Amino acid sequence: MPTEVILPKVDMDMQAGQISRWFFEEGATVKKGDVLFEIETDKAAMEVDAPADGILRDITGEEGVDIPVGRVVAWIFAEGEPYAALQGAAEEAVPALPLMNAGTRHIAAGEEIQPPRSTSATTKVRATPLARRIAKMAAIDITFLKGTGPGGRIGKADVQAAVAARDLLQERVPAAVSTGTGDESTLQLFEEGSYELVPHDSMRKTIARRLVEAKQTIPHFHLRISCRLDTLLVLRQQANNAARMRKSENGEDVPAYKISVNDFAIKALAEAFMDVPDANVSWTEANMVRHRHADIGVAVSVPGGLVTPIVRRAEEKRLSVISNEMRDLASRARSRKLRPEEYKGGTAAVSNLGMYGIEDFSAIINPPHAAILAVGAAEERPIICDGEVESAMMMNVTLAVDHRAIDGAIAAELLAAFKRHIENPLGMLI
Amino acid sequence: MDDMPRELSYAQAIQEAMAIAMERDERVFLMGEDIGVYGGAFQVTGDLVERFGTDRVMDTPISELGGAGVAVGAAVTGLRPIFEFQFSDFATLGMEQIVNQAAKMRYMLGGEVSVPVVMRFPAGSGTGAAAQHSQSLEAWLGHVPGLKVIQPATPHDVKGMLLAAIEDPDPVMIFEHKLLYKMKGPVPEGYYTVPIGKAEIRREGNDLTIVATSIMVHKSLEAARELEQEDISVEVIDLRTIRPMDREAVIASVRKTSRLLCVYEGVKTLGVGAEVSAMIAESEAFDYLDAPIMRLGGAETPIPYNPELEKAAVPQVPDIVKAARDLVKGAR
Amino acid sequence: MNKAAKTVGGTSGENRPFIYREYSPEQLKGALRKMYLIRQFEEGAEESYMRGLIHGTMHLSIGQEATAVGVCLPLAEQDQIASTHRGHGHCIAKGAEISRMFAEFFGKTTGYCKGRGGSMHIADVNSGNLGANGIVGGGIPIAVGAALTAKRLKTGNVVISFFGDGANNEGAFHEALNMASLWKLPIVFICENNNYGMSTSVERSTAVKYISERAAGYSMPGVTIDGNVVSEVAEAVHAAVSRARRGDGPTLIEAKTYRHRGHSKSDRNRYRTREEIDDWVTNRDPIKLFEAELKEFGIIDEQGIASIREETKSEIEAGIEFARNSPSPDVVDLERYVYTEPA
Repeated sequence: MPTEVILPKVDMDMQAGQISRWFFEEGATVKKGDVLFEIETDKAAMEVDAPADGILRDITGEEGVDIPVGRVVAWIFAEGEPYAALQGAAEEAVPALPLMNAGTRHIAAGEEIQPPRSTSATTKVRATPLARRIAKMAAIDITFLKGTGPGGRIGKADVQAAVAARDLLQERVPAAVSTGTGDESTLQLFEEGSYELVPHDSMRKTIARRLVEAKQTIPHFHLRISCRLDTLLVLRQQANNAARMRKSENGEDVPAYKISVNDFAIKALAEAFMDVPDANVSWTEANMVRHRHADIGVAVSVPGGLVTPIVRRAEEKRLSVISNEMRDLASRARSRKLRPEEYKGGTAAVSNLGMYGIEDFSAIINPPHAAILAVGAAEERPIICDGEVESAMMMNVTLAVDHRAIDGAIAAELLAAFKRHIENPLGMLI
Repeated sequence: MDDMPRELSYAQAIQEAMAIAMERDERVFLMGEDIGVYGGAFQVTGDLVERFGTDRVMDTPISELGGAGVAVGAAVTGLRPIFEFQFSDFATLGMEQIVNQAAKMRYMLGGEVSVPVVMRFPAGSGTGAAAQHSQSLEAWLGHVPGLKVIQPATPHDVKGMLLAAIEDPDPVMIFEHKLLYKMKGPVPEGYYTVPIGKAEIRREGNDLTIVATSIMVHKSLEAARELEQEDISVEVIDLRTIRPMDREAVIASVRKTSRLLCVYEGVKTLGVGAEVSAMIAESEAFDYLDAPIMRLGGAETPIPYNPELEKAAVPQVPDIVKAARDLVKGAR
Repeated sequence: MNKAAKTVGGTSGENRPFIYREYSPEQLKGALRKMYLIRQFEEGAEESYMRGLIHGTMHLSIGQEATAVGVCLPLAEQDQIASTHRGHGHCIAKGAEISRMFAEFFGKTTGYCKGRGGSMHIADVNSGNLGANGIVGGGIPIAVGAALTAKRLKTGNVVISFFGDGANNEGAFHEALNMASLWKLPIVFICENNNYGMSTSVERSTAVKYISERAAGYSMPGVTIDGNVVSEVAEAVHAAVSRARRGDGPTLIEAKTYRHRGHSKSDRNRYRTREEIDDWVTNRDPIKLFEAELKEFGIIDEQGIASIREETKSEIEAGIEFARNSPSPDVVDLERYVYTEPA
């Protein structure tokens, strides 16, 4: 988790301050206690120290400009911490300005509206009770509105104008966050009494939010290839047979590892990224992020939804390590015991529905990734080899790719590399 | 062919109510100054003394305090008196018996007695009677638990509400605006009642709720017609009862329109509209307000003699129009 | 009719005072019993108050028992009285139960007013007591109204309007007497003149020497009597009640008496002398006067008196006990009885 660097209050009665000088630049490595910048005050220049070790990024605090006390002016990312765009990071971090989020962290559509209680964000704004009520229901942060009433008072008309403007904007630019209006008209399409309403939990809300964002902002395209598994399956069997036995927590004898086809898929994809580094990327507006490692997220189905724990630096890990890590991650995913750093981030993902018999499917890319591999079932199928029909164990995989970051040829190379590793699995054991 | 109910004046409607009540129930009788052969200061009782005799239409000496007390004592022991104060201003002389006795006897005696007395108060300004004969004191009496206070604004309502008041086991104070006595309106024949404690929506609208009492109801309706020309849609509520007030009706209306203007003749400060405003501010209608609550009431002065000053001392139609327009157009 | 009547002495027949000719020995003993009840009730209430069991204040009528009992002797049960803030004695004389009076003073739901009224508003509607009143002169017009009802509904009832010397200067007094006389209503106005309107003596407040003189101003008979002599009171009231029942209209009776205690529990008695109080207490105690007469006319002996005293004492004690054990009103019922519940 990146540490925020804020403009601190250094004086009684201080509302805002100016950074007179930064001592470090974007991307610099800092140590806790290093003087990051100076604040100009009435009395004297105050030095502000770095609150943590790491890399200074996203310096937004401009020199010579009034900045309100408490606002984030930069971030410090720990060594090796995956660097995500400011938006994404800001989402995870504690918001510096409660005002920023008061309006956008909104009520789910259909939630019961209580009479507004005074919040720190809204007490100082002049607005009629009706305006506040409508704003709350429409998820508009009233503090951002300009009122046309006497003394700048915000009235119903002002809020309605803001709602209309936002609706117009959402038509033109897909919103990052769905406002979820239209519930009532949806429900009206169903026969009364023929359904039950189940409120969303936070996992469902997060899934909805992130996947809508993904689909609305990432230009997906898909490539498909089938892989022959015969060699891999034999090798897998041999590898698993060679496993030594060890004592489990319950005192039972269990094998030291048990590798699955999916474990091979994870490793193969990681290796493929090493073969085709141009595909090992993430898209940001300013730059292409070229990853040095393959942190592969693996979709795990959990009760009520899905989670994608990450196998970091999968290219460096032996299959048995990947396998055991996956077992542990999956189990803890199901019991909701994962730590955020275990499922946030990653460079690409794998999703496997083969155990359900699905032949092939397309998955949705999880930002900030640029690719996701959808793995189908391993099945015996007839193929033609050297002009002869034979039966073989085949598996379809579909790669979804962010066209902003990865073009068709690169994606094809990546998929071909994946197939090569799957069909020549011994290479992955070396 | 002609199915229209016949028209009576407000004063005639009161007389008819009292006559019907006296015919139905021999316990009902009238007390007041000059209500017998003189016919009452505002000709309300008219010829009732000829129809019912001096025992049931009793002229009293000029003794408001004693007279009101006699009415209270008679009511406690089994009669149903209707006591007329010649001017509402003279309520001041009878306040001891109204407030300390009539309002409180039932409570102080733990429910052992009821006080079914009706007291009538000709009230309001506009006749040039000046400071001591023109007041609107309904807020004073509305402030007293144990009393019921009504202000019918139409001939139909005054007959029905007075009949309801006479049947009510508790003390009912009825304030009649003098300028309404000659106003005519449809009044059904025979016995009927209009419930105490229920307001009436006189005109529906969407942009503003006006809550008005007595003669201000009529002024508000006139203002509403004018405002219609400007595309401002006003809902006018005739409050009709001051205590107990019909909160629900006002709350529902303000939820719909988001704006409230109270119009009343009594002095603005600490008057009936002050209660309506505070009640709305405390209620669930608060969340629907899109403008400050406004009141138009009587000026902070005794009612003047000079006719122009007299008019200026109470809300008039142009005042209502302007206030409504300001509220709806967002100038306030 | 403006002369003060005098007690008539003597032991036989026509010369005996009115009550000994008019009422049976049982009735007379009953009258003494009532006087003791009043006296001891007041003392018991006083003690309870001093122990902190009674809220507010009280206006004790110790010393005025003869008026209360003498007025109520000639009354029928359905005749009505309207009382004053000093109304405990009236209430008992008219037939109220001691226990329910104490319960009311203790603020309990078993009290006559369900704990809502207290001492100053004590009432017993069922025995014809329309209530004590906290406003001086407040009950007088109400009594006239009750008399109007009696005449209108032809019930034959007579109404007694009690008030003190202080009230005779209230506007309500004058308006009420005027209307009662004008309309010839069946009412008797009883002024208990104990010489002081709180701290102001009658001499300093009232323009006439005898309050009964006011009667002339309202065209009704007026008489001043010794309010501490049961027979004088009963005789005057008897005549007035008969007059009223005949339809001849009201009478004003001024009964001169004295209160042994101060106006209320906060009175320091600075406006009258120790000597004056002692004189009345020692020499003009109405109970002692009545007992002397009763013994003189052979109605009762010392033992009989002692036994009445014991009896009434037990009744007082039982009443206090009842009041202590009675429940207090629930706060939830605060607004009950403001209005008559809809049927």
